[in-house]
Amino acid sequence: MTAARYDVVVIGGGHNGLVAAAYLARAGRRVLVLERRERVGGAAVTEEVFPGFRYSVFSYVVSLLRPEIVRELDLPRHGLDILPLESTVTPLPGGDYLAAWGDHDRSRRELYRHSPHDAEAVDEFGRLMHHMALAVRPILSMMPPDPASLSPGDLRGLLRLGRHFAGLGAERFHALYKLMTMSAADFLDEWFECEPLKATKSASGIIGTFLGPRSPGTAYVLLHHYMGELDGAFRAWGFARGGTGAVSEAIAGAARAAGAEIRTGAGVARVLTRGGRTAGVVLDDGTEIRARAVMSGLDPRRTFLGLLEEGELPAELVADVRRYRFRGSSAKVNLALSELPDFTCMPGPGPHLRGAVSISPSIDYLERAYDDAKYGEPSRRPYMDIVIPSMIDPGMAPPGRHVMSVFVQYAPWAVNGGWTDARREQLGDTVIDTIAEHAPNLKRAILHRQVITPADIERITGLSEGNIFQGELALQQLFFLRPAPAWARYRTPVRGFYQCGSGTHPGGGIMGASGRLAALALLADRA
Amino acid sequence: MLRVTPFHSRTAPLCQGQTWRRWAGHLVASSYELHHDREYHAIRSAAALFDVSPLYKYVITGPDSAALLDRVLTRDVARCRVGQVLYSPWCDIAGKQIDDGTVARLGEETFRLTAAEPNLRWLQRNATGLRVAIADASERTAALALQGPAARLVLERAAGAGFGTLKYFRLAETTIRGARVTVSRTGYTGDLGYELWLDADRAVEVWDAVIEAGTPYGLTPAGILALDVARIEAGLILLDVDYVPANRALIEDQKSSPFELGLGWTVALDKPRFVGRTALAAEAARGPAWRLVGIEVQWESLERLHAAVGLPPRLPTVAWRTSVPLYARDRQVGYATSGCWSPLLKKYIALAHVEGAHGAPGAALEMEVTVEHRRRRAAAVVVPTPFFDPERKRA
Repeated sequence: MTAARYDVVVIGGGHNGLVAAAYLARAGRRVLVLERRERVGGAAVTEEVFPGFRYSVFSYVVSLLRPEIVRELDLPRHGLDILPLESTVTPLPGGDYLAAWGDHDRSRRELYRHSPHDAEAVDEFGRLMHHMALAVRPILSMMPPDPASLSPGDLRGLLRLGRHFAGLGAERFHALYKLMTMSAADFLDEWFECEPLKATKSASGIIGTFLGPRSPGTAYVLLHHYMGELDGAFRAWGFARGGTGAVSEAIAGAARAAGAEIRTGAGVARVLTRGGRTAGVVLDDGTEIRARAVMSGLDPRRTFLGLLEEGELPAELVADVRRYRFRGSSAKVNLALSELPDFTCMPGPGPHLRGAVSISPSIDYLERAYDDAKYGEPSRRPYMDIVIPSMIDPGMAPPGRHVMSVFVQYAPWAVNGGWTDARREQLGDTVIDTIAEHAPNLKRAILHRQVITPADIERITGLSEGNIFQGELALQQLFFLRPAPAWARYRTPVRGFYQCGSGTHPGGGIMGASGRLAALALLADRA
Repeated sequence: MLRVTPFHSRTAPLCQGQTWRRWAGHLVASSYELHHDREYHAIRSAAALFDVSPLYKYVITGPDSAALLDRVLTRDVARCRVGQVLYSPWCDIAGKQIDDGTVARLGEETFRLTAAEPNLRWLQRNATGLRVAIADASERTAALALQGPAARLVLERAAGAGFGTLKYFRLAETTIRGARVTVSRTGYTGDLGYELWLDADRAVEVWDAVIEAGTPYGLTPAGILALDVARIEAGLILLDVDYVPANRALIEDQKSSPFELGLGWTVALDKPRFVGRTALAAEAARGPAWRLVGIEVQWESLERLHAAVGLPPRLPTVAWRTSVPLYARDRQVGYATSGCWSPLLKKYIALAHVEGAHGAPGAALEMEVTVEHRRRRAAAVVVPTPFFDPERKRA
């Protein structure tokens, strides 16, 4: 049967699909977003899993959301409110800690206690990363040119890129080169001597990858996370009021206001094609929906190998997508708490509970955590990034109660023997035991716990192998290689079929850039 | 909570308006009284006591300590005698200024360097291969500045010793209330004055002794607002206000060389090598692109601009620290970075960066002023600095 005809059907109501839908609807297209689950957001959802307690189930902080998207879609008017996350405390064995605060003088004094050298180096490092983020930032909003192409558009793009890098100057170009090639640990070793500082900084180099801090390429991921930009300030992380689901809701609100239709509980079985061009989609229940163009916010594996028949794609692309690496490595534990955790290193309530607590005492600790994962086991002592959203947004839990969000790495998707309920609970126990070493009251405070393994991430959100970035942020999978050579510009070999997930340039995090650029690509094609 | 200085138990009760500001991660008083006027006048007519403990202080010891400082600073440290103090900037490899401070030769192989910003890492980096030890003495050393025409009398009474023979930029050791104090005839006011360096744990006794000795002479504790006016009158630049340290600049244009900051006299190009020498030698040969000058804003012009809207001239009540455009004819040729009304000179003065060609004394400029919400330009003229340079400073 044929339902109403749309200009564009967007598959997947994750944040990128919603961003794309909003831009397309604003450009006058009749847009339909199809979301398999009962709520939009993909991995950016807030759910009341335990009565009265709201979890940002998967993704939990915001900083990479492109400011031009916030501005152009007027997201604050649609409910977006980002509250600052100002500090990071790293508890250390023996009862000490390393803290980074919102106030520069306070941070400097704290770091000076550990290393006078690093207390000075950290500012210079911050400036370097600022310059590096500035150097890479234009690329984030740029459609990647194809370096193998001779078309005027590509050549112009490459020329612009070349000029941009030439304009950096030798010193910064060298730093950028190092960031592109080194491991986070080696790069940080060039700057710092304080172990917990290096470890806490290197943690952003491993998030969402199946790499350790000493694996080459992780320095770039470090930079990727430095690109967070809130109110024009780099490296500012925030927490969305109402959880990350509120970000999705705000974007969905903007899309609806622009005329887009959003249908939940509508999974797409496959994309209809006719003569090498898309004709619409078929839902899981068999309903056909006709559309002139289709855009997929799913990851590259599901987009190319799941929604299309293999024969519809060039063999090289199929091979590239098969090789494209996901390797989910992180898990999430959400807790409902009757009282605040009491950290031995900083007893009682305090501002540190409004920021992040990072379990990353040393590079060795992180590398050992990776060692376990290399051979298919969850880390016996994992890296964790802990936040207590209810301290920043009291609406997340009943008065006086709290929710705690624990990002856990490593938990390999391909765990030995596969993920089972027993395995899941074992992971939960490891996480709680490790945190309880630093905050002994945690166990008695837990009212409810939700443990999400990479297999759960895959099952619930559809992200292949549970990779939170729709594919590792490894250099061979970035820019004009994301997700595959020659198909890095949101288009596909099937005319009228586009990709807009974070498996495309510039990649993961609640950034929205892929959705926006994909929408612009479709509009440029007059599709 | 910010750190407090070793004098806090004495300064805190004096700070009537609880007007504190940040200086190098410490709380210091903006002014102790509700207005800084009397504190300023004490500097010029009696004596004022400043808590300058937040300065960064590094003690450099070892056989190569002079060699290290000669490598880092632009001044010729080898020629600095024991008991002497030098003022010097230091630069990066491109000859752009990182910081400035004083270096005191406490012994043949012992120096104390002051800095506005942390510089431990920079010193350590340049100490490769040298037999030196660099200690951060910032915390353990308290510092007071005793400044003004009566400063000598107050100091002599507090220490029970004569200082008449202590020359400008020289050091003496003394004892105040049993505490060892190093006295340097230095300061940031351009007046007769001394700086007192002592162990932080003796701070309170020394403060009390100096206040007791000075009260009959009109000694007044003074804050940063009063100091700011005095240092502008003295033509002394301030890091972060009058220049951006080269290692913190985000773009090249924000950096300045000592030549561009009026500190060409500190650059000892006859030294065979020091950080930035090659670039500075080249700059000396071609002449600096910018010059730091003093300007006087013309009263008559201010009066005319205000009269046009029916107001008497408005003058800044405290020293300002913003960038204010300067014009020559209709082209912007520079910017002023600090300015104030000098209560002593009865002039509106400012420190300014101007393109080389506009830096000669007597050159006519215009400075942007806001008169009743509208931008206007007041006539200004380039004048030599210091604006105020009393004989007693060196006598």
